[in-house]
Amino acid sequence: MKRIGSLLQDRLALLSLFIITSTLLAGIFAPWIAPNDPEEVHMELRFASASWEYLLGNDHLGRCVLSRLIYGIRPSVLGVLAVLAISVGIGTAIGFIAGYFKGKLDALLMRICDIMLSFPGYVMTLGIIGILGVGLQHILLAFVLMKWSWFARIIRTSVMQYADAEYVKFSKTLGIGSLRIIWKHIVPVTVPVIAVTSSSAFSSMVLQLSGYSFLGLGVQAPHAEWGMMLNEAREVMFSRPELLLAPGITTILFVSAVHFFTDALQVALDPKLGSSGRKKQRKGRFQTANLQGSEVA
Amino acid sequence: MLIVDRVDKSYRKGGFFSRERQQVLKNISFHYEQGECLGIIGESGCGKSTLGRLLLGIEKPESGSILLKGKKAGGNRAGSGSISAVFQDYTSSINPYFTVEQAIMESLGIGRDRSSRRDNHAKVDRLLKHVGLDPHCRTKYPHELSGGQIQRVCIARAVATEAPCILLDEAISSLDSSVQMQVLELLKRLKEIDKLGYIFITHDIQAAAFICDRIMIMRNGQIEEIVSTTQLMDVQSPYAKKMLQMVIS
Repeated sequence: MKRIGSLLQDRLALLSLFIITSTLLAGIFAPWIAPNDPEEVHMELRFASASWEYLLGNDHLGRCVLSRLIYGIRPSVLGVLAVLAISVGIGTAIGFIAGYFKGKLDALLMRICDIMLSFPGYVMTLGIIGILGVGLQHILLAFVLMKWSWFARIIRTSVMQYADAEYVKFSKTLGIGSLRIIWKHIVPVTVPVIAVTSSSAFSSMVLQLSGYSFLGLGVQAPHAEWGMMLNEAREVMFSRPELLLAPGITTILFVSAVHFFTDALQVALDPKLGSSGRKKQRKGRFQTANLQGSEVA
Repeated sequence: MLIVDRVDKSYRKGGFFSRERQQVLKNISFHYEQGECLGIIGESGCGKSTLGRLLLGIEKPESGSILLKGKKAGGNRAGSGSISAVFQDYTSSINPYFTVEQAIMESLGIGRDRSSRRDNHAKVDRLLKHVGLDPHCRTKYPHELSGGQIQRVCIARAVATEAPCILLDEAISSLDSSVQMQVLELLKRLKEIDKLGYIFITHDIQAAAFICDRIMIMRNGQIEEIVSTTQLMDVQSPYAKKMLQMVIS
């Protein structure tokens, strides 16, 4: 809890956290928050500029841009978050088993990971879409298939680094079971690595999904998605450039917020950068310094 | 108390498919009596630390047996704990997320319920005082302590297990000489007060001679000679003689 406290003192981290949580909440409660139906067409309002009813204006079919942005959170952010959770979960389990128990099991699991990693990610995703057909769920499936091995490798490396630490050896001499050692000694030290790699993967997956949707491979019209909104705005890029701004800025803002939050998290989770009672100690030190000063005077 | 009988250990050399193995320990046999202090000395790579890991039950010997009070070391995980340990590298010997208190509690908390928490609190205080640390250290994290202090915490943690024997694997080697002396004095004091026995693995003959009753000299994974400290000057084997001469001159 102390570490979370230090995170809350970082203003940039707080701002990022605010952006991330408000985006997530807006996505979850989209039907209540969005001012209009995102798929309702008003041909008389084509390319209308911002008004009180349509705060960010209307697109080429007269649909409310703001509502589409809010509904777009669902595939772009929430879908990716679920996929991330699954692939990090698989990767963590395999990484811990391979890194802690080592030996033949490790060799076997890592060869499987090597095989998975030897496929180029983008091409595999395109291949899966080619086989299963265009659609959001197929892209998300492809993400899970391609990402778990990458997480497993990274987590295994960081587990191995700590599996030989002397405090682990000491716990083994005490006769504590492997699961308990993993939970008490290895999970806490690898959490920063897992948090940082998964949140940086999160932002890149959001961008990738938007990219695939931009190419027309992901979310299908008329459903809203940020990348697809960019693609729709592309056709009127020179006459109506402001339509590009809304999804573009939202994507950039969200991805940067995730990155900044990742950085702050990394600092906050490292015990060597904090201290048990830094403030108290500093105060104490000043007091003794003052005392010495007065003695000299 | 501890009987080591014809123990061998080797590790795989090279890659996964390699059949070549490197023999680390060859035909090690010795006895250890409760309460005595046995020094194990030898150059780096002679198998001292491997022998230590086998004695602790972290790894298993390939052939031969290690019997602790008649039972196999490391065979019964919950029951092991008649040997405790202090390791060399003080930077990684305590979990960086644990306070001193939590680190000591870990070895106190084996097989005990939560109701004895207050008991344990007092025990931690006593242990910290016992090894010459201020009880205020209990809330500190390892990176806030000096090397000597951490090694004292590790000794307190090892004593807390109430094991009759503590294995010290190069426990003083990474400290500077004045702190080494303080820790050695502490160990000597604990030996007298608590009737503790040590297995003291080191490459420092002088430290071993200071604290040990018997000294076992190892070379290339084999026991060269076991000699009591008082007769250290009368070693028989040429290797041991050469080693002693180098220290004296």
